[in-house]
Amino acid sequence: MGVGTPNRIIDALVARGAKDLEIIANDTAVPDVGIGKLIAANAVRRVVASHIGLNPQTQEMMMSGEIEVELVPQGTLVEQIRAAGVGLGGFLTPTGLGTSVAEGKEIVTVGDQDYLLEQAIWAEFALISAKNCDYVGNLEYSLTAHNFNPVMALAGKTVIAEPEHILPVGAIPPDSVKTPGILVDHILERASK
Amino acid sequence: MTLPTSPKDIIARRVAQEIKFGMLVNLGIGLPSLVANHLPLDAGVFFQAENGVIGLGAPPPEGMEDENLTDAGGGFVSAVPGAASIDSAMSFGIIRGGHLDMTVLGGLQVDAMGRLANWMVPGKLIPGMGGAMDLVTGARRVIVAMQHSAKGKSKVVAECDLPLTSTRPVDLIVTELAVFTPTADGLVLRELAPGTTVDDVTRNTEAGFIVAGDIGVMNLASWSS
Repeated sequence: MGVGTPNRIIDALVARGAKDLEIIANDTAVPDVGIGKLIAANAVRRVVASHIGLNPQTQEMMMSGEIEVELVPQGTLVEQIRAAGVGLGGFLTPTGLGTSVAEGKEIVTVGDQDYLLEQAIWAEFALISAKNCDYVGNLEYSLTAHNFNPVMALAGKTVIAEPEHILPVGAIPPDSVKTPGILVDHILERASK
Repeated sequence: MTLPTSPKDIIARRVAQEIKFGMLVNLGIGLPSLVANHLPLDAGVFFQAENGVIGLGAPPPEGMEDENLTDAGGGFVSAVPGAASIDSAMSFGIIRGGHLDMTVLGGLQVDAMGRLANWMVPGKLIPGMGGAMDLVTGARRVIVAMQHSAKGKSKVVAECDLPLTSTRPVDLIVTELAVFTPTADGLVLRELAPGTTVDDVTRNTEAGFIVAGDIGVMNLASWSS
């Protein structure tokens, strides 16, 4: 857990005593790893995630009312973020029909199939983890550390990337760039271990 | 060849028989992930981890882990030759879009209508649904692999009282006692584990089920294409 998480930025948020954050992420990692550090530091007011199963602290704080948690199916969550990033108001998905996820949501019928109308979700900041970044901000990702990163890079008003390495322009082949540099506002190289 | 004896291995071995050469398969964390141990390396099967890899391989030897390569539960894995790494939007596009041949998921409850509940126990356990709702909605075939009972209570119930994962009926239920197929008329008992009787299953199952025609014995032989 915590794969593809910008850990240096998270450490900095904890160090400066950030409060009342609303976090959109697939999960809250495990206690004291990645987003788990923000949970442990009481920095979070609200979480939108698909699962919190590996972080008992998030579950306890949810049940005691210290943190508000909205659980969203993983495919729906990533698509809500993608929709925001590509200029769509939302999308129609069969996932969640007839379950508690559908409560309060509009059902739209296309042909003979029902779908839930799910709305796009934006964030003020997209905090992105990447493998490599060049000086114009082009990002290259590694293996399963892609996860939500290339999608979130489109859906934050301010995009801060934390690559493992910052490389000269030209070092990342155009075919390997998954997030074009024009989307990235700030770059912070990961601290060496 | 030795037959498996532990409940989890019996379930995993039987589920492995459902997997055919060339399939793309997603295994849930926990018991379902054991299914991979019952397939040979040359089975021609690609496993998907929904966080974003097609061609998931076994955990690497100690010291060979790549911190950027894990399965959906965060455990270190390897990637087989021919693997592809993808972002989560693509990964769930593959799942919802009908490109995933099979998913094998664990369960808290399955009911007589074949509906699965596996993501929360209100007030007690709130892991969240992760990818389960998309998997049950989108996979071409959904298999539930779970132990028959928990703490002496049947997990095959008349009607789920836990929150549903999906209203879509699953395609097959495999426990250490029996194999069921959900139908419009209810659960049909298809197979019994070696040494298990219909009475054993009846005694341990809250849901009613249909006993008709030939009931086979679970095939627990080694996988072959």
